[in-house]
Amino acid sequence: MAPDAVVPDAPQFEDGEQRRSAATLGMWVFLATEVLFFGVLFGGYAVIRLLNYDAFVVGSHHTDVVLGTVNTAVLLTSSLTMALAVRGAGLGQRRDTTRWLVLTLLLGLAFLGIKGVEYYQEYQDALVPVLAFRYQGPHAQGVLLFFYLYFVMTGLHALHLIIGVAVVGAMVVRNRRGHFGPEYYIPVELTGLYWHFVDVVWIFLYPLFYLVARV
Amino acid sequence: MSPAAGQNHSPGARQYVLTWVALLVLLLVAVGTAYIPLGVVNVGLNLGIAVVKALLVMVVFMHLGISRPVVRLAAVAGFFWLALLFILTLAEYVTR
Repeated sequence: MAPDAVVPDAPQFEDGEQRRSAATLGMWVFLATEVLFFGVLFGGYAVIRLLNYDAFVVGSHHTDVVLGTVNTAVLLTSSLTMALAVRGAGLGQRRDTTRWLVLTLLLGLAFLGIKGVEYYQEYQDALVPVLAFRYQGPHAQGVLLFFYLYFVMTGLHALHLIIGVAVVGAMVVRNRRGHFGPEYYIPVELTGLYWHFVDVVWIFLYPLFYLVARV
Repeated sequence: MSPAAGQNHSPGARQYVLTWVALLVLLLVAVGTAYIPLGVVNVGLNLGIAVVKALLVMVVFMHLGISRPVVRLAAVAGFFWLALLFILTLAEYVTR
């Protein structure tokens, strides 16, 4: 009934297994560059926090810890659904794979929605550097730096997630068209690796911005 | 253990669900301990929990636990260079 997976021609590989290995290795090399891409920002964060610790305590208190924690749970859950989607694709369970992919996509959108609500609150509280920043309390200069880092790092993360949502959407379409089966599901697997990586970035962003000093 | 060259490398769904539960428990521990005044220990806990969560995601969800050594090496390489960046940068700021 369902058509067989359309395996794009790739004569350079001995077999499907070698092909999968090469694709996975390539993806991890790309992710290593992403680690360094985000890494310099984390390095900058470390230096600025060392020099402005008190300001970071103030800044962290201005973030919404409830929404941030809920969002972390949403993203961790999306990693579970993504892992199940990749598993389903490998087992040739096309319908289940579509379902898990759609769920992953919706969780990604939920994360972006909640993040948008947070951004809007911070805009209303005039905590957005450049656009609207009117915080006048103690350590104003350091708090400004905290929010620069907050918006650049969470913004770059959100951009990655938007790309992830788009790619997962493409995977839903391709899976429904029957492009994947147990013998070929490399695109789903690589999408999964990317998605989990974006999750890993957030796992570090969360304590650095929301939990600096809550007491 | 070297990975088998079989059809399907994916761990079972059960393992994924257990990992997810562990991740959520760690999240709750992170939020909970953030409200207990422990001084520097708070920072250590925050980062330590984040590292454990990241490792769980990478080893289980990203299959590093069953990947070939060359893939693990590529994964470690990124963090190795990142570690150099942190060590060389912070060596200066921390010892001022």
